[in-house]
Amino acid sequence: MARAVSTRRKLAFTALAWIVALVVFFPILWAFLTSFKTEGTAIAAPPKFLFFEWTLENYRTVLERSNYFRFLGNSIITAVGSTLLGLVVAIPAAWAMAFSPTRRTKDVLMWMLSTKMLPAVGVLVPITMLFRMMGLTDTHLGLVLVLTLINLPIIVWMLFTYFKEIPVDILEAARMDGASLRQEVIYVLTPMAIPGIASTLLLNIILAWNESFWTIVLTTTQATPLPAFIAAYSSPEGLFWAKLSAASMMAIAPILIMGWFSQKQLVRGLTFGAVK
Amino acid sequence: MATAQTRMAARFMMAPSVIALLIWMIVPLSMTIWFSFQWYTAFRAPEFTGFDNYAYFFANPNIWTVFLNTLILVGGVLAITLVGGTLLALLLDQPIFGQGLVRLLVIAPFFVMPTVSALVWKNMLMHPVNGLFAWIAKVLGFSPVDWFAQVPLFSVIIIVAWQWLPFATLILLTALQSLDEEQREAAGMDGAGPIALFFYIILPHMSRALTVVMLIQTIFLLSVFAEIFVTTNGGPGVATTNLPFLIYLQAQFQYDFGLASAGGIVAVILANIVAIFLLRVVGKNLEA
Amino acid sequence: MGSITLEHVNKSFGGVEVIPDISLEIADGEFIVFVGPSGCGKSTLLRLIAGLEDVTSGRILIDGEDVSRAAPAQRKLSMVFQSYALYPHMSVRGNIAFPLKMEKAPREKIDQAVNNAAAILNLTDYLDRKPRQLSGGQRQRVAIGRAIVRQPKAFLFDEPLSNLDAALRVAMRLEISELHNKLKTTMVYVTHDQVEAMTMADKIVVLNAGRVEQFGSPLELYQRPANTFVAGFIGSPRMNFIDGAEAARHGAHTIGVRPEHLVVTPEGGDWSGVVKVSEHLGSDTFLHVDVDGIGALTARAPGDVPFRHGETVGLSPMNGRLYRFDAQGLAL
Repeated sequence: MARAVSTRRKLAFTALAWIVALVVFFPILWAFLTSFKTEGTAIAAPPKFLFFEWTLENYRTVLERSNYFRFLGNSIITAVGSTLLGLVVAIPAAWAMAFSPTRRTKDVLMWMLSTKMLPAVGVLVPITMLFRMMGLTDTHLGLVLVLTLINLPIIVWMLFTYFKEIPVDILEAARMDGASLRQEVIYVLTPMAIPGIASTLLLNIILAWNESFWTIVLTTTQATPLPAFIAAYSSPEGLFWAKLSAASMMAIAPILIMGWFSQKQLVRGLTFGAVK
Repeated sequence: MATAQTRMAARFMMAPSVIALLIWMIVPLSMTIWFSFQWYTAFRAPEFTGFDNYAYFFANPNIWTVFLNTLILVGGVLAITLVGGTLLALLLDQPIFGQGLVRLLVIAPFFVMPTVSALVWKNMLMHPVNGLFAWIAKVLGFSPVDWFAQVPLFSVIIIVAWQWLPFATLILLTALQSLDEEQREAAGMDGAGPIALFFYIILPHMSRALTVVMLIQTIFLLSVFAEIFVTTNGGPGVATTNLPFLIYLQAQFQYDFGLASAGGIVAVILANIVAIFLLRVVGKNLEA
Repeated sequence: MGSITLEHVNKSFGGVEVIPDISLEIADGEFIVFVGPSGCGKSTLLRLIAGLEDVTSGRILIDGEDVSRAAPAQRKLSMVFQSYALYPHMSVRGNIAFPLKMEKAPREKIDQAVNNAAAILNLTDYLDRKPRQLSGGQRQRVAIGRAIVRQPKAFLFDEPLSNLDAALRVAMRLEISELHNKLKTTMVYVTHDQVEAMTMADKIVVLNAGRVEQFGSPLELYQRPANTFVAGFIGSPRMNFIDGAEAARHGAHTIGVRPEHLVVTPEGGDWSGVVKVSEHLGSDTFLHVDVDGIGALTARAPGDVPFRHGETVGLSPMNGRLYRFDAQGLAL
């Protein structure tokens, strides 16, 4: 039963919540507004909030001057590639853990999770060294491999918690109906788990898209994705805030939209099912 | 359900994930351990030196500042996000108009890549001359703060806290919404006011979520990197250098691989201490 | 053809013996019911036959062929699950067609078989719906439809009616019996409900703690229970058991008499007691009588008996309807 609330109270809380929400959101909003200003307006004092001449000039400049599309392409290739590769490896593993558990399954899951807790700097030296030796530095393949490995535990865990909710009866029914294991996974389990797989996919694209440490360390020019591209704007020469804002908006927009769509499932994925 | 066949199939299906992660964990980590006992830079072949790298690592006059920075960064962000997240979650749990939209606005920072958020904060908000904060200070009659010069670590903390506040809020809100409405009503019938309700019913109910948020954030916060890389580059001096950044500098710029490896092992040990607690909490959940 | 033979089947889970040693012959075309209290191993036994679990030792033969190590798909059996286990993402048509698709049957054959099954089960109008749009009884019929299209050697039912309400359960019971009469395929049916067992089975296997207590036709079990467990499990209301001096007077450790075999008289009778509760069902009256020195007995009397709470009545077992058991509970 919903709590009975007076309209006045509700209005007061609404006002407060909106104010707080706008404060939290403000940096993004500010960058959004700035991206439509001229460089002069961007640093004007007093700052202009809404009443300035809106221009798309910055977006045009960023698109023309930088290889924005190459960075975007790199981001898409590495984020989507590592997520798909991760799913292909993780779906069978999660099937096994959810539907054919052994006494050691729990330990294996915990161990997988513990690899996620290995700080990146702990393996920084050997990874950069191995990458150089194998010619993987600054390649899509190298970045895809690392992103897959650092996110694989999360993918397995998320899928595991979703698969656990599928009644085992249905898989057994498929087995009785003559399905092989492969058919069982492809025709029965996967379609039933589509919502879970989709949110796993989304969360991992987000994580891979925003991964900054390895992308900065392992790429130089060719395979550089957006986080490293943006980081290059930190170089001190000149203040191009409007262009920086435009570039930032283009870097975060796709992920922001995906994030908004997947927020319900995020909690479960981010807490390894500990909070639902 | 288990037949010999399914068990065997299960083993095969788990193998790729397990082997991949095993290699990912064992190969580089053992290499790091091995390097950490070598005198090994970009300019010379490795040579065994025992614990020299560790001794050298800890002999760094700045090492304790770096540790302290790491801890203050973690502690500061945790304090802000846990308290702020709890308050925000309580607020968002109230019946308000446009709840969905408010939620979207609040969680948005989590999806912004660290380099972007660091640059936006650094340039457009915290810039001592043209930043919005400087303008606000001037309007209010104060002299503007030069954030990254005067309170560099605090500035980094604010940026990182802003990124993680949505995470804490979202998870605490989810926990809050799973609180049984009847429990709340029963407490109300028993004469509990809002304060008593919070401390005796709501807070205990959220304690698990709070623990989980704290542990997961700690894992990530121990390796904050991009925000420092973009804003202060560890400075001024070592004022904002944390452990990962120090190791990054030693490996990428001093080319001292042995030293960086020793530091890496120290970071691994530090993270493991936290990880043990986190795994215990998550593991308990697995049994339920 | 579909005869099933179990030879010394044993099943342990991590050192715990769930089924110590069962041997059983199920002839082609028989309707066999496994019945017993929860945890007696009846579902495990069915899953062993299905191939969803491995036997720890012993053999399972279908039509004389050893299938102990064969995968479920190779055994050519169909199963109807308690939860129905329909594929939620497929339409009714997709569900029923699935086993044939797995066999890679030609399209026309699949369509024909699905339409056929749908006609038998009154599902023709629902073929394009998803399972969640169906009622419990309809879902049950889809599950059965999925089972019959393959023309399996035998059907396995795992408590298929326990999620239905009482009225529907009676109706589905009849439908399954009719189906068996029509198809004449072997059916193995697991239930904890002895009424289902009695009404549907050609032969009943009464299981308790992983052991077969008795194997026989419903009437055999009712008339000649092998032991106190079967005597108490089959029949409703439950058989009355009497120990002690009264039993010794009949030369047994325990004697049993069914409520319907007690004659109730206003006075006299072998035992006399006070009516504690009388339950009027209309057709019958169940009298719960407290008898001095013996304890509580239940008697089934005609619907119009006038006895009420607190009145004294006499009870006598009918001639030849008194069961005698020894100290181990075995029938004498």
